[in-house]
Amino acid sequence: MSVDVHDVLIVGSGPAGLTAAIYTARANLAPLVLEGEVSSTSDQPGGQLMLTTEVENYPGFADGIMGPELMAAFRAQAERFGARLETVKASRVDLSASPFEVWVGDPTAAEPTYRARTIIVSTGAKALMLDLPNESRLLGHGVSTCATCDGFFFREHDIAVVGGGDSALEEAIFLTKFASSVTLIHRRDALRASKIMQDRALANPKIKFRWNSVVTDVLGDNKMTGLKVRDVLTDEVEELPMTGLFVAIGHQPNTDLFKGQLTMEDNGYLVTGLGTGATSTNVDGVFACGDVQDHVYRQAITAAGSGCMAAIDVERWLESSHP
Amino acid sequence: MSEAIGALTDATFDEEIGAASEPVLVDFWAEWCGPCKKIAPVLEEIAGEHAGKLRIAKLNVDEHPNAARRYEVMSIPTLILFKDGQPVKRMVGAKGKNQLLEELVDYLV
Repeated sequence: MSVDVHDVLIVGSGPAGLTAAIYTARANLAPLVLEGEVSSTSDQPGGQLMLTTEVENYPGFADGIMGPELMAAFRAQAERFGARLETVKASRVDLSASPFEVWVGDPTAAEPTYRARTIIVSTGAKALMLDLPNESRLLGHGVSTCATCDGFFFREHDIAVVGGGDSALEEAIFLTKFASSVTLIHRRDALRASKIMQDRALANPKIKFRWNSVVTDVLGDNKMTGLKVRDVLTDEVEELPMTGLFVAIGHQPNTDLFKGQLTMEDNGYLVTGLGTGATSTNVDGVFACGDVQDHVYRQAITAAGSGCMAAIDVERWLESSHP
Repeated sequence: MSEAIGALTDATFDEEIGAASEPVLVDFWAEWCGPCKKIAPVLEEIAGEHAGKLRIAKLNVDEHPNAARRYEVMSIPTLILFKDGQPVKRMVGAKGKNQLLEELVDYLV
């Protein structure tokens, strides 16, 4: 066979994948990282932090650090110890083959692109959209997936952010730099965001709150002109004139690639702890770390921590079962 | 800035787009936009590989807001393909090289 067999192949390059790369590289396992393809969603090299601004809770950075800067440092550290990073996205995996097989590009090609003795899955999670037909139609015409990219275009506009977690509040606060007003639309009457973010948002005079409300439609022909919002308590529907919409209602794991091969929870997150290590999946030799297997903590630091665990699990697996 | 990709300004936009004999893909971008920086090398590769069939040019929306406003760009990166001076295709958001080439295939003749 013409394709080399790698000891470790890491799919995904957020805090989890790159930490696994740093550790396996330092263990002389020459990891290959498929870091993903460029996109304007969080499903991109570097992951969710690439679309954030200031990260204030990553230990070691007393004054905070910009998300993309932090990920550039992770990446440089992995490369320094010999990790190889490819800016490609896996299109198919065969975890029944031994060694495992991974395709990039045409998933129907006879030959896989890579073979590996172990795989670390760190494909992360991507932001959910509202899943309304007019939402995708008006993407780029008022609807945006990247507040840091597009805030600029909403100078003096009245815009909305949907969601009630830390990401929603971070976006809302960031967008007040540009917008005249930011209406935070949340389906409940309380936020689930951290106390510090809540305090900041509630104290921001440009942020208005619309509680117990869900967006049912995005209005506008060529440009977004408003939102239809339903009050979940009274069922009353109201049209709000708005020219921008940013959605931060949660995440879904990037696990389509592994359907039918790796054990998942009902919500699509991978199940770990199924083998000898805490990061073992149901397939011997395949490990998972980061947000793809965690819908509870979902922090950069917990993702990085689990990436380290996966690397140690891989090392032990290679030593013990396949010397 | 590479030689393969020219920079447009509000002042030169119409003239350069109108005078081009080949289709021109305009990349509306800005310094603060992470995904824009990521597609820059991808666009350079495409420009190099399709020289003569496709021109790629960048427009900084921060420094040259008029052209961006005229084409109602509200999200970056936005890529607009112009043929004979007219916009014929619009792509919003950063994409990988293969995805971009797939979208452009009909115009790369």
